[in-house]
Amino acid sequence: MTVESNQLHDALHVPRGKDGRAPDPLRVGGWMPMREYREDEAVDFVIVGTGAGGGTLACKLAEAGFSVIGMDAGAWWRPLEEFASDETHQDKLFWTDERICDGDNPLKLGSNNSGKSVGGSTVHFAMVSLRFRPEWFKCRTLLGYGADWPLDWREMWRYYGEVEQALKIAGPVTYPWGPKRPRYPYRAHEINAAGWVLAQACEAMGIAWTETPLATISAPRGRAHPCVYRGFCVTGCATNAKQSALVTWIPRAVTAGAEIRDLAMVGRIEVNDAGLATGVHYQREGQWRFQRARNVVVAGYAIETPRLLLNSATDRYPDGLANSSGLVGRNLMAQTNQGVYGVFDDEIRWYKGPPSLTLTEHWNYTDTGKDFFGGYAFMAQGPLPQAWVSTQAGNRGLWGEALLREMQQYNHQAGFKIVGETLPQERNRVTLADEKDQYGLPVARVTYSLCDNDKALVKHSIDFMSRGLDAIGARDIWAEEDDTCHLNGTARMGDDPATSVVNADCRSWDIRNLWICDGSVFPTVGGVNPSLTIQAIACRTGDRIRQLAALGEL
Amino acid sequence: MPDRYPGYDVLSKRNTASWNDASRQVIDARLAIVDSPEFFDERKWRTLRAICDRIVPQPAGRAVVPIAAMVDRKLADDHRDGYRDARLPPQREAWRRGLAALEAAAQARAGVAFHRLMTVAQDALLRDMQCGRLDGPEWDDMPADLFFRERVAHDILAAYYSHPVSWNEIGFGGPASPRGYVRMYFNRRDPWEAAEAKAGHEAAARDANENM
Repeated sequence: MTVESNQLHDALHVPRGKDGRAPDPLRVGGWMPMREYREDEAVDFVIVGTGAGGGTLACKLAEAGFSVIGMDAGAWWRPLEEFASDETHQDKLFWTDERICDGDNPLKLGSNNSGKSVGGSTVHFAMVSLRFRPEWFKCRTLLGYGADWPLDWREMWRYYGEVEQALKIAGPVTYPWGPKRPRYPYRAHEINAAGWVLAQACEAMGIAWTETPLATISAPRGRAHPCVYRGFCVTGCATNAKQSALVTWIPRAVTAGAEIRDLAMVGRIEVNDAGLATGVHYQREGQWRFQRARNVVVAGYAIETPRLLLNSATDRYPDGLANSSGLVGRNLMAQTNQGVYGVFDDEIRWYKGPPSLTLTEHWNYTDTGKDFFGGYAFMAQGPLPQAWVSTQAGNRGLWGEALLREMQQYNHQAGFKIVGETLPQERNRVTLADEKDQYGLPVARVTYSLCDNDKALVKHSIDFMSRGLDAIGARDIWAEEDDTCHLNGTARMGDDPATSVVNADCRSWDIRNLWICDGSVFPTVGGVNPSLTIQAIACRTGDRIRQLAALGEL
Repeated sequence: MPDRYPGYDVLSKRNTASWNDASRQVIDARLAIVDSPEFFDERKWRTLRAICDRIVPQPAGRAVVPIAAMVDRKLADDHRDGYRDARLPPQREAWRRGLAALEAAAQARAGVAFHRLMTVAQDALLRDMQCGRLDGPEWDDMPADLFFRERVAHDILAAYYSHPVSWNEIGFGGPASPRGYVRMYFNRRDPWEAAEAKAGHEAAARDANENM
C-alpha cells in the first residue's frame, strides 16, 4: 500500500548484491564479501533463479570450484529487519506479476506456489521436507502410471540425506513408511493442538501418523535460534529459524565464490550459430544487459522456466530452446490441495507454530483400496486469518453475517489438507500470451484441467479425511474442494530425447551447455511437497557436472 | 453477535516483544489509511462502500474499518495477486466494469442507485451477482459470478482481515515476532493471547484481556 513504509520495500528497488558485497541475512545490517565477475568474462555457469533448484546448485558448483553467477528477479531480503508479521505486507515475497490462467480448473498462483526473491519460494514455503516413495521413480514400470524417472531411488536416498543434513531437518526418530532412513539431524518439534487433531483422527482410522520433517530448526544453529512457533512461516520467517535457501545455500555459495545478482530479470538466453548458449540477456536497474557464460542453467520453476525457454526462440529454434520434443511447457502438474475442516469444543488456536506439525503418508504407501493411480499425504493445518477467510469465502461462498459468524470459530477450528498427486497431461501447459509484463516480456498463459484420475484421488481423500474428523467428534465438517499447491513438470527429464527435455543430469538434449534444474524436470510429482526432491536433484546435478568436467565432457 | 473475546485488543501488544519494528511500521501505516478514494471516482466509491457494508456488516458502536479505502489503495497501486482468470480483465478494469454493471442492474431493477437501496435489495443483487444471474452489455463478457468471487469477495475480505479490528473479533494473536508462542496444546493459552468468554465467565475473560 502506498502509505506503508518504503524502507521495508527498499530491497525491491535497489540491488544489494553489488560492489563486491552481499547482504548477510543472519546479522542485522550485516554484509559479507562477494566475488564479482565482469559481464564480458564468460563464467562457467550462469544460473537463472536462486530457489530450491538454482540456489542449491549455485552452492554445489561454487564449492566444486566453478565460476558461478546466480541471477534472481527478486529482492535480497534481510528477514531480521524487513519481515513483518503480516500476511498482506509479506506478499512482497511472492511472484505477483500477471499470469493468465485458463482451462477447466484455472490455477491460483502467486502465494503458495510462486516466490520472487533470492532463495525463491523457500523463503515462504511451509518447510515440509519429505522424500519420495522409492517406487515413484519407476512408477510407470512398477505402479502402472505416469512416466519413469531416469534416476535410481537408492542414489536419490543418498542425496536426500545430504539435503537433510544441510538444512538440519527436524523430524521423528523413526519414520513409519518406506525403507529405513537415517535419523533426522534435529529432533522433532513439539506438536500443537492442530497437529494432535490429525494424530487422533489417524489413530481413530487405524493408520499411522508422524511428526512432519520440517526445515525449521528445533535447536540452535550458528547465529539462528530455534523456531519460536510464531506461526507466520508461509509469510516468511523473521527469526531465521526456517532453513530457506536464503539463509543456507546462498551464503554458502557466496562464501565459496559465487556471485548472486538480485533484481536481475533474465529475459532471453542467447544462442550462437553453432547452436550453443553464450549467455543471458537480463534487466537490472532499468537496463538490458548481457552476461557471457559457458553454460546456462534455467532454474525458474515450472512457469518461469518454460516461459524463458519459449521467449528465447530463434530462427534456428523457432519453438523455443531445448524444445525438439515439443514438451517444453507441457505436462504441468499442480498438486491438489483439498482440505476438510471441522469445529471442536476445545480451543485449538491453530495460528501457533508451523502449520503442518503432523502428517500421514498412509495413502502414498498403500496401493490397495484405491480407485485411482498415485497417492496423497495429508497434514495438519494452521491458516492465518486472510488465508482462512479466502478458504471460507472461496469454497463456501459465504459473506455477510454468515461469514462473520463462521470466522468467529477460528480458534476452535482444525482440519487437514492433502498434497495430492496429479497425473502428467500434455494439455496442461505453459504458453506465451500476447500481454506483456513490466520488462516488456510476454506473460505466461497457464492452462490447467484436472483429469478423471485426479478427481477420483481428491474424492477419496475428502471422504477419508472427513471420516477421520467425524470419528473424533468434530462438528460442522465441510470440504474445501478447490485448491492446488506446488507446480512441477513442463521440462521433464527422461532417457529418450523424443519424450523428454533433459536427461538425468538435467542437461538439455538439444543444447549441451543448457541445463534445467528445478521442479520443471519432474516427470511425475508424487504425493509429497517437492522442495526436498528439487534440492536433492540439484545436489546430484552439481556432483554430475563435476564428474563430467573431470572427464572433459562438459 | 456476542463479543467472543471481550476487551481483547491486539494493539495492546504493540510495545511488547510480540511486535518487531517492521510489524509496527506496517500496522501503523494500515491504521493511518484515510477513508476517501484515490482510485475510484465519487460515484463508484459510493457503490463500493455500499458493497463493503454488505459483505462485511460492521457492528455499530465500534470504530469502522475503512475497507473500501483499503480496496481502493490496492487498485491505486495496481497491486496484483499473481494470477488472473482469463475470463477477467486486469483488476482495475474488472472493478470499474463490475461496479458500473451493478449500478446498471440497480437502476434497471429499482430505478435508484445501489447505495440507496434497502439492504435486503442490495443483498438480493449481490446474491444474483454471486450466482451469475446478472448480465447485460455493461458486463461485456465478464462473468458476474467470477467477478464476485475473484474480485468482490476476494479483495474486500482480504482487506478486512488484514485489519487488527478483525483479529480482535476472531481472537487471533496478531503479530508475533520476535516472541512467538509457548503453550501449544489443547486449551492452553499464553498470557499474551486472547481469552475467550466462556458462558458465565465473561468477566474473567474481559479481565484477562484488559490486563494482558
